[in-house]
Amino acid sequence: MAAITIAEVSKIYTGNVEAVKSVSIDIEDGEFIVLVGPSGCGKSTLLRMVAGLESISKGTVKIGPRVINEVDPAERDIAMVFQNYALYPHMTVYQNLAYGLKNRKTPKAEIDARVAEAARMLEIEPYLHRKPRALSGGQRQRVAMGRAIVRKPAAFLFDEPLSNLDAKLRVSMRGEIKRLQKRLGTTSLYVTHDQLEAMTLADRLVVLNGGRIEQIGRPLDVYHRPASTFVASFIGSPAMNLIKGRIEGSRLHVGTYRIELGERAPVEGPVTVGLRAEDLRLAGVGEDAMLFQVDYVEELGAQRLVHGTIEDQALTVALSPEIPLSGDLAVTIATDRLHFFSTENGKRLERGASFTNTAESARPLSLEPAL
Amino acid sequence: MTSGTELLPAPRGGTGTDGRRFGALRLFGGKAKGSEEAAKRVQFSSPYLPYLFLAPQLAIIFVFFYWPSIQAIQSSFYLEDPFGFGSTFVGMTNYTDVLKSGEYLGIARFTAIFTTLVTFFALSIGLLLAVKADGVIRGNATYKTLLIWVYAIAPPVAGLIGMMFFDQHIGPIVELARWFGWDIKVGLNYFDTAFSMIVVSVWKQIPYNFIFFLSGLQGIPVAVREAAAMDCRSGFRRFWTVILPLLAPTAFFLLIINVTYALFDTFGVIDVMVKDKAANNPITLVYKVYMDGFRGNDLGGSSAQSVILMLIVFVLTIFQFRFIERRVHYN
Repeated sequence: MAAITIAEVSKIYTGNVEAVKSVSIDIEDGEFIVLVGPSGCGKSTLLRMVAGLESISKGTVKIGPRVINEVDPAERDIAMVFQNYALYPHMTVYQNLAYGLKNRKTPKAEIDARVAEAARMLEIEPYLHRKPRALSGGQRQRVAMGRAIVRKPAAFLFDEPLSNLDAKLRVSMRGEIKRLQKRLGTTSLYVTHDQLEAMTLADRLVVLNGGRIEQIGRPLDVYHRPASTFVASFIGSPAMNLIKGRIEGSRLHVGTYRIELGERAPVEGPVTVGLRAEDLRLAGVGEDAMLFQVDYVEELGAQRLVHGTIEDQALTVALSPEIPLSGDLAVTIATDRLHFFSTENGKRLERGASFTNTAESARPLSLEPAL
Repeated sequence: MTSGTELLPAPRGGTGTDGRRFGALRLFGGKAKGSEEAAKRVQFSSPYLPYLFLAPQLAIIFVFFYWPSIQAIQSSFYLEDPFGFGSTFVGMTNYTDVLKSGEYLGIARFTAIFTTLVTFFALSIGLLLAVKADGVIRGNATYKTLLIWVYAIAPPVAGLIGMMFFDQHIGPIVELARWFGWDIKVGLNYFDTAFSMIVVSVWKQIPYNFIFFLSGLQGIPVAVREAAAMDCRSGFRRFWTVILPLLAPTAFFLLIINVTYALFDTFGVIDVMVKDKAANNPITLVYKVYMDGFRGNDLGGSSAQSVILMLIVFVLTIFQFRFIERRVHYN
């Protein structure tokens, strides 16, 4: 077990294509880090550089105190779980697990013990003498995990290990991976494009976009305080609503609506306003509200996603299925639930320090209809 | 469904490039892919329809394979008049004559050595080149084309080119050998002729093996190789424990093809090398069949030899499927 330090690492392919742009991440010993981002964001490339399957163009990667830029993949003291399992098809499950240990000249008795332990942990004991082709997808994934576990490496690397499984199995395997990692306490680097997987597994999330880090943080911090419009629209389902607005003094203008923010306006002029679908709610009688025109409704069972517009700006509102729907709804949001982003670079605009204090009572919207 | 006849579709092979032949071999080996293929079974309304579809293929096999074989077996029991005026039944005499002949046994021994060496070197060099080409990333298309290219040459032409390599006056290999103090005399010296025959035969077969090994190598999933790279430091060990076992179906197929090649298809090479040369030259069994039948006009003896050759190939093929295929892992 060891910390991993990724310092200003870049990957430059021939033709000057920069897939990863000066990325730095400090991973603590035993931490579960998830790299998340859309396809082509460089997350897999970064993982493969740590694994040694891709060369590191610039920067350094340290596992523990050792710089491993030039170290052979087999000598890096890491184990990797691949998306399509990458089991050796000609070997039995036992041989698959034992292969890495055998090559490291581990004594036979120790190999047996470690394989038995991993097999027990992953409940694959009945299949030890089967070939991978005789296993189901979930069982193969367990074997792939077992192959990583038996090595007792300093770090686990996961490259989208669950994306070949069906939805139900994915959820249960997700839980299992998390449980195993906590139990073994092994530093882990996990790549996924699924934000839900990222949220549920990570101690800390690293959101990547176009080879750059958009944000590093604990899942809930990233969710509640997205650092940019990209993160806001990537993390959370449904995605955060982003609409155009303008701030003048302490007032936010959205279309013809004016919203009194109090003393907390972070900027003057145009802003992008972020609203979480679940923060929007129906206005009570006599409450100030915005007119929301419903386009269509997605029924999810536990909740209902209502898609529509406020003065031609598209918006999604998450409502309880108990609320009866009509053509138009009056919706409102607490002002401390508003997020502001720069219209120029999409970066988050922090509001006053007092704003983040959740103890403070939420101030209701104060709307003044335009003249 | 109705009580129709079931017919398996042509099985798909493992390597893809020559799936048809490979698939046929696999069927021969009795390894149907079970459920996967059962799902693709076709139902025919008439039980005779499948046979009708198979008829052209069966006709060709019968005319070009079974019929000549029956003819050969038949004439191996007769002593034929060289001018075609009649034949006398002589029973097993042709066989006993052949098997008692020291010359024939010597040729059989040379054939065994020749086949072993040609198969071994053609396979191992082909594999080595494929592994190296597989590792080349930049300019690999050029590299592959250069290696495959030789395969486009017809066997007699290859024999001729090979002959020129070993030519007494202009052959570069002869000159090279002379530089080391070895005076190669193809067609005069038994060993030198055998040596050049093997070299040319191997040279001719390498591209074929190369293509198959290369496509086999490229069929190995990248992730499996990467997993192996993280599990095993030594590339050499990795090759023996992961790559080669996954290449075994290809290698087994090539083994059979190469043995057949060395036994039969090297005829052109041998013919160019020893034709019109002094008598004491190494030849293989198939060349001996030709010599006795068409040069010596001993059709009966020649037929007996070809029947013996047929039996040898039969036994060899059964042996390969029985004992070697067992160790082959199909994906």
